[in-house]
Parts: sequence; C-alpha cells; structure tokens
Amino acid sequence: MVRACAPFIWRKFLPVPPSRAAARDAAPVVFPQAARAGLANAQLRANLNAATTTIREKRAQVVAEVGDWEELRDAAAAIKDSALHRLDTVLLELEATVTKARGIVHWARDAAEANRIVVDLVRATGADEVVKVKSLATDEIRLNEALEAGGIRPIETDLAELIVQLAGERASHLLVPAIHKNRTEIRDLLRVALDRPDLTDEPTELTAAARLHLRAAFLRARVAISGANFAVAETGTICVVESEGNGRMCTTLPETLITVMGIEKVVPEWRDLGVFLQLLPRSATGERMNPYTSLWAGVRAGDGPSAFHLVLLDNGRTRALADDVGRPALRCIRCSACVNVCPVYRRVGGHAYHTVYAGPIGAILQPQLSGESGQAGSLPFASSLCGACADVCPVKIDIPRILVRERARAVAAERQGLEGATLRRLGRILSDRRRYERAQRLTRVLQRPALRDGHLRWFPGPLGGWGESRDLPGVPAQTFREWWEARERGA
Amino acid sequence: MSAARDELLARIRAALADVEPVAVTRAYREVGTLDRASVVERFVERIEDYGATVIRSSDPAVAVAALLSGRVVIVHELPASLRPSGVELIEDDGLTALQLDEIDAALTTCAAACAETGSIALDGGPGQGRRALTLVPDLHVCIVRVADIVETVPELIDRLAPSAREGRPIVIVSGPSATSDIELARVEGVHGPRRLVVVLHDCPTVMSIPQT
Repeated sequence: MVRACAPFIWRKFLPVPPSRAAARDAAPVVFPQAARAGLANAQLRANLNAATTTIREKRAQVVAEVGDWEELRDAAAAIKDSALHRLDTVLLELEATVTKARGIVHWARDAAEANRIVVDLVRATGADEVVKVKSLATDEIRLNEALEAGGIRPIETDLAELIVQLAGERASHLLVPAIHKNRTEIRDLLRVALDRPDLTDEPTELTAAARLHLRAAFLRARVAISGANFAVAETGTICVVESEGNGRMCTTLPETLITVMGIEKVVPEWRDLGVFLQLLPRSATGERMNPYTSLWAGVRAGDGPSAFHLVLLDNGRTRALADDVGRPALRCIRCSACVNVCPVYRRVGGHAYHTVYAGPIGAILQPQLSGESGQAGSLPFASSLCGACADVCPVKIDIPRILVRERARAVAAERQGLEGATLRRLGRILSDRRRYERAQRLTRVLQRPALRDGHLRWFPGPLGGWGESRDLPGVPAQTFREWWEARERGA
Repeated sequence: MSAARDELLARIRAALADVEPVAVTRAYREVGTLDRASVVERFVERIEDYGATVIRSSDPAVAVAALLSGRVVIVHELPASLRPSGVELIEDDGLTALQLDEIDAALTTCAAACAETGSIALDGGPGQGRRALTLVPDLHVCIVRVADIVETVPELIDRLAPSAREGRPIVIVSGPSATSDIELARVEGVHGPRRLVVVLHDCPTVMSIPQT
C-alpha cells in the first residue's frame, strides 16, 4: 500500500542485502524498509492495535462531551497562527517576561548549540545527574547522549520513558513511548533492570515498582530538565502537562530547573491556555483533564527552584516557518491523536519512522525540520492520504495537504541523484517516436526472461521493488504500429 | 549567545516575509450556563470519576479529622476553624523534601475549582502553601469552597489570571496522580499523592481567610 503511493522513489524500496545493511550500520533506513520489521512482528501489531483502539475510543467519548469542540479547534489554530506570524515579537515578549521573573533565557540555533548550553549549565551546578521530565524537544536533540558524553547521568522519570531508557530502546509513540511493549514484556524488563524478580505483570504493581525506584532520585535531585507544552508570552508562564507527578517533582524539588522549548510552543496570552487545556488532554490521553498541570514563571522565593533557565530551540523550525504550505505544522501541540488514528502507524509502529515524531505529524514535521533528502524524505510517503489525521487534529493542521507538498519536495530533492538522471533519460526516449520504437525493439529482446503470460513479472536491479506489486504488460511480439505498417505494405 | 539570538530572530523575520497578521475569533464557550447546584454536582461527579474521594460537610474540621491520621502538614495561615483535632499538625517552615517524605498527609485549601474537568487549582495563596507540600506526602486533603467552583476551563483560567500575572506558581490537579503508560490501562497513584480527598465546604462564611 505504501509502496503504491510512491512510484517515483523506487530506489528506496530496494531490499537491502544483509551485507550492505551491516555496512550501513547505524544509518537510518528509509521508511518502507524499516516498516518491514514492524509488519513482520505479530506481537507488536497486537500491542499497537489494542493500545490505539483503547485510546481512540476514550478520545471519541470525551470529545463528544464538548459542544463547542469545533469552535475550540478554530480558536486554537488561529491563536497558534497569530503567534507564528509574529513569532519574533512574541518570543521577545516571552524573553522579557521570563527575565523579569528572574529566569534566564538562552537561544539555540541547532541541537548541538542547545546541548552545549544545557551541559554547561548542569556542569556549573556541580551535579553529576539530572532528573528529566518527558520531553520530545530533548529527545529530538539527543540531549541524553550529550549529557552522558559530558559525564552527567540523565534519569528519565516518566514511566514509559523510563521503560524505554532501561530497555536501551527508542520511543515509539509521541505520548506513550513504550506503547510497543505489553505488560509481560515490561514485567520481564523491570524484573532485571530494577532487580525485582518478585514482580507480576499487574500494571499497578509495575507502576509501584517504578515509584519506589524513582522516589530516591527525586528527593536527592539538584537539577531537573523539562520540556514545555506551552509558554505564555504575556505572563512568562511555562506550562507542563502530565499525569504521574514526575513533572511536578522535577519542576518543584530541585534547585535548578532547565526547560528546553521549541520556539513554536509560545502562545501570546494567558487566556489562550483556556483553549489548549481543553483540547490537549482530551485529544492526547482521552481525559477531560490530565492529573497535573504545572505553571510557573521564572523563580519564586520560597517555592521551587532557585534558578530557572529557558532554552529556546530552533533546530529547523525556522525552515518550516518559511514554507507557506508547511507552516501550519508548527501549530502542533504533540497530542498524538493523529498517530492513534493513522492506519499506517497502527500497523508498522513508531520505530519504522526513525524519528522522535512518529506517525502523520512526524511524516510532515521531520522532513520540514531536517530537509527532504534521504530517510526523512521517505516519511511523507508513509501514508494512504486517508485524511483521518486531519479530522482529529485539535489545531486543524491539514496534514494530507502538507504530506503531498512534502512528497513533491522529496521528489525534487531526489532529482539530483540516480533516480532523477534515469527519469530524465526515460523522458527523452518517450518524447521521440524513433527512440521509442528502438527502445521497444530492444525491450522485446531483453524482456524474455521476465515475461509470463504477456506480463513482466520481475524487473532488474533497483526496479525490482517497484515491480513487486505491479503488473506491467510486456512489449508485444507485434505492436499496433508495426501491424499497421505491415498491412499498408501488403495492401 | 547573543549571536545565536540575533541569527535566530533574523531567520524568523526572513521566514515571515510573506505573512499577514492573524485575527483570533473566540467563538467557544467562555462562560458556563449551569445553575449553582448543577455546577457543584458536575464537579463532584467528574472529580470522583478520576479517583478522588469527595466529602460534603458544613464543618470541615470535623470531616477532615475523621480522614486523617499521623502527621499532617499545613500552612501557618490555615484558619483554626479548618484545623482538625486528634492529629499532629505540622506547620511548614521550610521542611526539606526528605522531611516532607516522612509526613503522612497535606491539608490545604485551594484557589479555584473547575466543574467541567473535575479540577482543583492551587496558586500558593493563603491556606495552600508552596507546591512541594501537596506533592510529596501520599495523601492530599483539599478543602474546596462551593463559591470557588466555576463551570468551564476558560473561567478557571480567568480566575487564575491575577496569580499568573503576579508570577505565582500554579498547579491544576485533577484526581490523584495516574499513569496510562502500560497498555494504556489507567493506574492511579504514581509519584504525586496516591490519594486525593476533596472536602466540599458548603458554608462560605465560616472560612474567611485574610488576604495577604
């Protein structure tokens, strides 16, 4: 299905022989190849199906309760656009309000710069470990690796992030990073990682084990790192939405708090939270409200950290901002409703995307952030364009429209390579009668080994993948034109 | 550092060369329509739905006393009328996280509550204390005045606006801590308090906390 959507990037569908795959080592593989692993894993598909079905039903129920859901979506899209369309002004206002509240604002052009800022800040405190609230921005810049390289131990405190960290894996879902694992797999992991051979697979028991494990880390932590769901320019307020209380622990108990935030997270006014705090929990976990929403501005004497740093991250966001079609992708509030309804994601899982942002939103956001060449350029094709994602999006991102746009940009990027050269040559052949007929005669000879019942059943080299799901009629023994010419001569 | 700031702002301005300002139309419901009794009913129904226990009482001190045992942290400003007898009340004087971990419960008031989502909001105002108090102990008992319950989320956010403008930290709480990270099955009781009890206080006149 995926393959049929992308006839022009057939090079990507070539199955890689093991030797070459090994040679590629850690280089991420393009989506259609990476999807094979997920599709072949029946356990994974069962886990995903169970989890996404549950959350879709919960979401539908709580969304149906809200009579003005469409008006909220319209307002949310407009609020985000109004901020994006004057992002420089709104960010400067945020900088001013955070600074006034005795927070320190840092600007980072890319991942390396953001990581350097954070590692230096942690080092300056003398701490050798940090507690972390689940944050996609810090996953995106691979902050944990940078911290470890700097001799600092990052401790993920969200249950699912902890599971993924202990397993040495990557997250497979924006919101539920361990969605690919079922309770038995998690039990087996925690039995070993937490040295708790007594654990059963009861979620309450597994959760209690994580609580016990992290309690000591929270109580001794001197530095915490968080992301931000929203930042309010008007008041300098940072908002973190969570369920477990790990976010409150991290943003309240340590002496130093560092928040890494994509520049698109800013909203202009305090009252804007009245819109987003309705849309986000219902779209994300299917709850009317998440258990804890933390809101703070800078530092407050006698309550919480005594030092607060806000790192404003670009890392490709201004690239997305410059594209008038793709710009609305920056409205995204990372609820993952689009992920849970996506027929492609639900079958292949998040790992196939090789990006922090799996699913439909990642398929548009990742190539926008990092450019459309290579692996990221294969993501916009991971879709049937069914449009379910756009229907559920709380900020009304027209994901299919941007997918099509990103496909066009990916094809344009590919034109530089072998594929482009081949297509240009093909264009020359097809646009000239003599060249076309010569090619037909040549093909008639070359096609013999591949011909079955008048159809080509396999294709050589890089065309193999393209032909796997298609029937192309072979060149007939006599074409109509040849028959006509013979008839004219005979007459 | 300022080089990064300048370049980032320049990138943004270059990216926005073609845009027009966007007007925000707020056609959503900002103010609720339910009568007082229905607002309270909805608040109770929704916060119970997320695993909190609700007790209605005209004498909160008595109701609370029946719930609590052991050591309970409170703030100095908590009025005598709300203080239960029969438990050891500890006034917070900057207890460390480790000391708070040894305490059984926190007893606070709240800044506002929201019926539609079954939420209570704390802004560090009188009777509430700093954020750690309602976070580290395993039981949070929160006294909610009926008059402080609003119907909608925009009303709640509006109530909290003065605190936000003052730079006070705010926490919105909807039930005890929970996770859905294992097979999306909801488990109540993770890092934040594993139990949340709301004492609904019907008589607003009893509780007049001096504003500081």
